[in-house]
Amino acid sequence: MTFLPKPKVRHPSLPKNALGLTRRDYEGALSTLCAGCGHDSITAAVIEATWGLDLEPQNMVKLSGIGCSSKTTAYFVSGGHGFNSVHGRMPSIATGANAANRALTYVGISGDGDTLSIGLGQFCHAIRRNLNMAYLIENNGVYGLTKGQFSASADLGTKAKKGEVNQQPPIDPVLLALTLGATFVARSFSGDKQQLVPLIQAAMRHKGFALVDILSPCVTFNDHEGSTKSYQYTREHYDAAVHADFVPFQREISADYAAGETLPVVLHDGSRILLRKLDANYDPTDRGAAMSAIQERLKKGEFLTGLLHVDASGGKEFHDVNETPAIPLNQIPHERLSPGSAALAKVLARYR
Amino acid sequence: MDRTNDFAIKIATVNGTGSASANTLLMKSIFRSGIPVMGKNYFPSNIQGLPTWYEIRVTKDAYVARSGKIDIMVAMNAETYARDVREVASGGYLIYDSTWPRPALLARDDITVMGVPLAKLCNENFNGVRTRILMKNICYAGVLAALLDLDVGKIRGLLAETYAKKPQLVDSNMKAIQLGYDYAKANLACPLPLHVVPLHDEASKTRGHILIDGNTAAGLGCVYAGATVAAWYPITPSTSVMDAFKGFADKLRVDPESGKKNFAFIQAEDELAAIGMVLGANWNGARAFTATSGPGVSLMNEFLGLAYYAEVPAVLFDIQRVGPSTGMPTRTQQCDILEAAYASHGDTKHVCLFPRDPEECFYFARDAFDLAERLQTPIMVMSDLDIGMNDWMCPDLTWDDSYVPDRGKVYTKEQLEKMEKFHRYLDVDGDGIPYRTLPGVHPKGAYFTRGSGHTQYGAYTEDSAEYQIVLDRLTRKFATAKRLVPLPVVDHDPKIDIALVAYGSSDGAVKEARDILSAHGLKANYMRLRSFPFGEDVEKFLEAHKLIFVIEQNRDAQMRSLLTLETRVPKEKLRSLLHYSGLPISSEFIVKGVLAEVEPKARKPEAVAGGAA
Repeated sequence: MTFLPKPKVRHPSLPKNALGLTRRDYEGALSTLCAGCGHDSITAAVIEATWGLDLEPQNMVKLSGIGCSSKTTAYFVSGGHGFNSVHGRMPSIATGANAANRALTYVGISGDGDTLSIGLGQFCHAIRRNLNMAYLIENNGVYGLTKGQFSASADLGTKAKKGEVNQQPPIDPVLLALTLGATFVARSFSGDKQQLVPLIQAAMRHKGFALVDILSPCVTFNDHEGSTKSYQYTREHYDAAVHADFVPFQREISADYAAGETLPVVLHDGSRILLRKLDANYDPTDRGAAMSAIQERLKKGEFLTGLLHVDASGGKEFHDVNETPAIPLNQIPHERLSPGSAALAKVLARYR
Repeated sequence: MDRTNDFAIKIATVNGTGSASANTLLMKSIFRSGIPVMGKNYFPSNIQGLPTWYEIRVTKDAYVARSGKIDIMVAMNAETYARDVREVASGGYLIYDSTWPRPALLARDDITVMGVPLAKLCNENFNGVRTRILMKNICYAGVLAALLDLDVGKIRGLLAETYAKKPQLVDSNMKAIQLGYDYAKANLACPLPLHVVPLHDEASKTRGHILIDGNTAAGLGCVYAGATVAAWYPITPSTSVMDAFKGFADKLRVDPESGKKNFAFIQAEDELAAIGMVLGANWNGARAFTATSGPGVSLMNEFLGLAYYAEVPAVLFDIQRVGPSTGMPTRTQQCDILEAAYASHGDTKHVCLFPRDPEECFYFARDAFDLAERLQTPIMVMSDLDIGMNDWMCPDLTWDDSYVPDRGKVYTKEQLEKMEKFHRYLDVDGDGIPYRTLPGVHPKGAYFTRGSGHTQYGAYTEDSAEYQIVLDRLTRKFATAKRLVPLPVVDHDPKIDIALVAYGSSDGAVKEARDILSAHGLKANYMRLRSFPFGEDVEKFLEAHKLIFVIEQNRDAQMRSLLTLETRVPKEKLRSLLHYSGLPISSEFIVKGVLAEVEPKARKPEAVAGGAA
């Protein structure tokens, strides 16, 4: 990978968000991924989502592990701090960072190898801790940087570029997250920006762990005939069950929906998600039913997409459990942290 | 020879039978009588049923190490009778439970064997199997109280403090003490010539001192240093560092107004995650730490390399235990020195601190956070099981209320505002330490932290020259560290050309060994290493001596290796004295080792300690 700073060209007529920033202000370095990579579309969706949320760039923390997906944190919101850590361990960095400063917005970008193989343990435990973060998996079923090995999300029977057929069942991060109690679980496709942008926005505003598993075809190693993660296969086999529109706090609902068509879900910060059921029998608020429906469709080789499960309360997130104060731990002055010499004298009495 | 206030007791029991309370009771009552004590627990990696020993050394000269000699053995475990009998020094005493007479114990005619029917006494006076077992151990404490002439009133006082919330336990425990005490008074020659003579008031040698273990002191130090994020994975013998931190923080760190906790305490899924959390939190401007042992450090290696290269502060307590692999998890060693100093792949070096006792664990906790943030790198505090889990007599810990934490080079919002551009890895001050920024402060402070090749400006690179600029600056930063870390403690008489070098928990044994050697007419200088990297003081000391004994508690002479790699000292000058049995090193071991190589000028053989080392 080479580093290519993106030239900043300002155009006076570019639309501005509430902070007076244009979409350009949410861009990062130029992507060095392969032309046509699904990940670049996700990067574009993240830029659109953060711009639309009026997010102060410096209040965004971008976290990643190792792999093609993990590089992408350099390609958006250059005004936010990034931490490209080690393979599969991004959730622990996110946990520590979030523990230190709960006031920032945490977005983790990972891949199927980073999350479902080397990082499976940390992924599961971040969900168990209900860490307040948006966790995006750029899922292409293949190891890109090491040139085409199957990942743990490769479907049974899918064919590698060199012809090998996968004979091990996949790990589905969506089903896994549902099993582990995640309160926001979504699946999308890098090619469906309409669906993806509001999902990312809602995930960033959701209180607690929010997973967005994004099918993101690898044009170089997994876009051939016989692959179940190619652009063509994904387009043919993905089916949106629930469309979610995101409406930030205090903003008017502008979309035009027929009465009774949408189900508004109010998030912790007052933002709303407008759920539009595309499948009348699907209930995204019922975890068990969601799991059954997803599994039924997976059996047929189809991916249900959209906001598959949401519990807007978010449950008890990490800081609720730890009973930490509203002020970020890294901002408490030392005088309030160190108990002082008088308290020490009392402590020592126990050791005489 | 007067042996009052100067002898060692060893108590052999079965673990899970409550002997720990009896031993603490004995040790504290002696401590409260004004006489320095050392206590060492040799326990199995097991919850119940395996042999365990506790050694109490009553030492008017305040030696904190094992002498290598046992004067009084309390043999409560039939399974280990044979070896326990063997271990008693000639002229010593053995006390055993004579409910079941053991004539074979009388096989030694150079020691005094005393039988006390402990089980019988307890069976007659207590109900319930569990109670009888527990009380049997309290009962031997009563026997020892009579034999050693301890103040029973002090023992009652201690019981009352321990069981303040369960007063009925004070009475039952006291009953057991009295049973043993009365039996010994009536049937044994009390007190023994080896007994305790209280040192009151001005004469007290324990006034202004506490009995505390290193893990408690380290946990307390972290609270005082302002640590707000603690993440760990349970592993013996480090777990009590975290227990202590949480215990103190739950009392001292709760906001009086909101009732909220000014700390986060995270039990991680493994050591990899624990160190990851510590890095994430420190990166984000909190003081965060972990505690682990050798196997945990092995797992943390990858992240430690990232922290070194991406320059993220971290504090790690390594409570060393016996390796390799799982080794003997409840025994002590200093065997992670090289693992810590060079942790991770690639060219990495880490700052290590070597506390000698709980007191230094407390102060080094504070220093470690200051160094971590000043140097933007992991600091490893290399304690061990002996320091961490045994009670040591230390001077009262003190805290300077004017202490201001050194948060290192962190640009503020105002500084960033005025700045044209921020460069994360640039050597602005010429000391190899760059400036950092925290997320959420200012958009100009934003940068990308990565373990991949980066330029001094913080950008990704695969350019050789750019990569080397950063790597070479890290070398300069490590050189700066030499000036900031705790200096060695040196006792250097220029007329003497023989020296001892040691670190960590070996210090107490070295001190005593030097006194014994001196009595033999052999004087040796001493340098106690307190940190890595080694500075000029270390170089000068090594240079000034012809023969240097490097004393350490591992097989492979790890510190000697580190000294030969990282200083100018010629290898030939360094002799190793290596103690790696898993028990804490004794003064006797050092004396024997030195005498085996060096002929003292005026030998006084009676001063050489006997018994097993």
